[in-house]
Amino acid sequence: MPTDPEISSQAAAAELKIDDLQGPLIRFSGNWESSGRLPAVDALVRQFPDRAAGELRFDSSAIAAWDSLFVTWILRLTEALQTRGIGVAYDGLPEGVQGLIALARAVPERKGARRISETEGWLTRIGRRVQGLLDDTRRLLAFLGEVSLAFARMLTGRARFRRSDLALFIQQTGVDALPIVSLISVLVGLILAFIGALQLALFGAQVYIANLVGIAMVREMGAMMAAIIMAGRTGAAFSAQLGTMQVNEEIDAFKTLGIDPVEFLVLPRLLALTLMMPLLCIYADLLGIVGGMLVGIGLFDISPTQYIEQTVSAVTLTDIGVGMVKSVVFGLLIALAGCMKGIQCGRSASAVGEAATSAVVAAIVAIVVSDAIMTLIANALGV
Amino acid sequence: MSAPVPHIEVQDLTMAYGDFVIQRDLNFTINRGDIFIIMGGSGCGKSTLLRHLVGLKSPARGRVLYQGVDFWQTGDKQRRTLMQRIGVLYQSGALWSSMTLAENIALPLGEYTDLSEREIGEIVSLKLALVGLAGFEAYYPSEISGGMRKRAGLARAMALDPDVLFFDEPSAGLDPISARLLDELILELRDSLGATIVVVTHELASMFAIGNNSVFLDPETKTQIAGGNPVTLLNESADPRVIRFLTRGERTAEERR
Repeated sequence: MPTDPEISSQAAAAELKIDDLQGPLIRFSGNWESSGRLPAVDALVRQFPDRAAGELRFDSSAIAAWDSLFVTWILRLTEALQTRGIGVAYDGLPEGVQGLIALARAVPERKGARRISETEGWLTRIGRRVQGLLDDTRRLLAFLGEVSLAFARMLTGRARFRRSDLALFIQQTGVDALPIVSLISVLVGLILAFIGALQLALFGAQVYIANLVGIAMVREMGAMMAAIIMAGRTGAAFSAQLGTMQVNEEIDAFKTLGIDPVEFLVLPRLLALTLMMPLLCIYADLLGIVGGMLVGIGLFDISPTQYIEQTVSAVTLTDIGVGMVKSVVFGLLIALAGCMKGIQCGRSASAVGEAATSAVVAAIVAIVVSDAIMTLIANALGV
Repeated sequence: MSAPVPHIEVQDLTMAYGDFVIQRDLNFTINRGDIFIIMGGSGCGKSTLLRHLVGLKSPARGRVLYQGVDFWQTGDKQRRTLMQRIGVLYQSGALWSSMTLAENIALPLGEYTDLSEREIGEIVSLKLALVGLAGFEAYYPSEISGGMRKRAGLARAMALDPDVLFFDEPSAGLDPISARLLDELILELRDSLGATIVVVTHELASMFAIGNNSVFLDPETKTQIAGGNPVTLLNESADPRVIRFLTRGERTAEERR
């Protein structure tokens, strides 16, 4: 009895015959591949009489084609019948199907392997979060400690890393970053000048654009913009490099050779970025001022000499110093965030992605927070 | 056994990276139901040949025919259909690390079939059970051992019930017992699924145990220097390079017996 009323001669069909002497028999016909529709198991099971009369047998002589779905269909039927106490004999099935079923059952499911997902209570979740936070803090402190030790070894000349690595990183974090830093700084200077000029024009004091752009770039924006660019550019690169090395067991290889990966991999990156950041900062300051000058000269009728004069009188050496100190701190923070996330990366492709993302986020948060703190300190000290 | 039906034919195939020729003038036929071994020393281009056969790299010259259809001359649509009928087990499994084993196997099923989620789930469980990983559906590739990853990769390669299964160094990195179990699994699958199987390997034991046809690539002459049943090759080949390879360099053709 076909379970599907619209069955054609091609479609999959399973006909159940109940024979009191020989037990139930299912005769298959048609095409049993996943592309077609298979008869419902539940409907077929319901047709079985309550009292089982021997094992279920199969006749598959009329089956045209089958694939994995047929095997799962048989397994589902077996399971449904087992709950009703009816056994199944597979010898009437195609040989391949018998082979697959035997193979699937050859290795029993390992006890305890299957995972049961249980929902946790809110208290447990809070507890886990807090524990995770504590773990993160511990890892951060441990990493800072290792870096400090490596740095101390470097000062005493015992740290091992390759000079050529350091040179390469200096090139990557310095010279190679110039184009993007130029573009962003000029534009930031331009924007600052434009916003400021519109307000200052109300008082007829356009010439003070130079003061505004000069001080803002030198004390704040030069260091900040360079740092944010480097966080996205270099911080992410550091964490992705080290993360991939972690995945490829390259970091383990350093450890087993007795080379401290923090010394060999982190130290040169840290040094390179910390050395290059103040230089990038000065460069960004200059180009920002050029950007402001373009607006001042082009749109607000200030002469170049006047603009430069005004800038020189407004910007003091202290301002430049404040900006440079900030940029050193930013460079250190970006390199630390990038290297830490990379070294502590998991061992999969997605973990590398996560490491790079969290390195950038952590670096930017650290930049902004430390900037606020340093501005407050500078304010309190009156510099 | 009935007369062999050609499944994959390689004609005058030359493989090259740019100007650098890896192998030239390869000619061989893989019949339906064969377990075909691609062998040769390290660096002779075995894996490159595999990449040509599965359609990851186009030949510099020559043709790869699947049941008479030229893989690289046919249209995009038919090429995709052909590729769906191919399953590949990569050297280290190549499971997608951001997905669980179940999701790894379910992905091709969800893309290429109209099955319901329940049916896909059942097929996933069946494939995992076939490779002896029943109950590991919710695990991520990074949480299981290398051998298990390999078997899970096989489960994914079999997801769409392919006509041809390719294995790149199936026993590399497995202990001898696991390697033998994998060989048995390959034989069992060939018999049950009726699939054609192509294996890149230099594991001698496994080559003799499962292979019924082969091609031997030589890195020096940059072409095939032998072919046929590996056991027959060992017993009858007159080429000293082949004998050296098949006996781990311990014997030459003269002292074979």
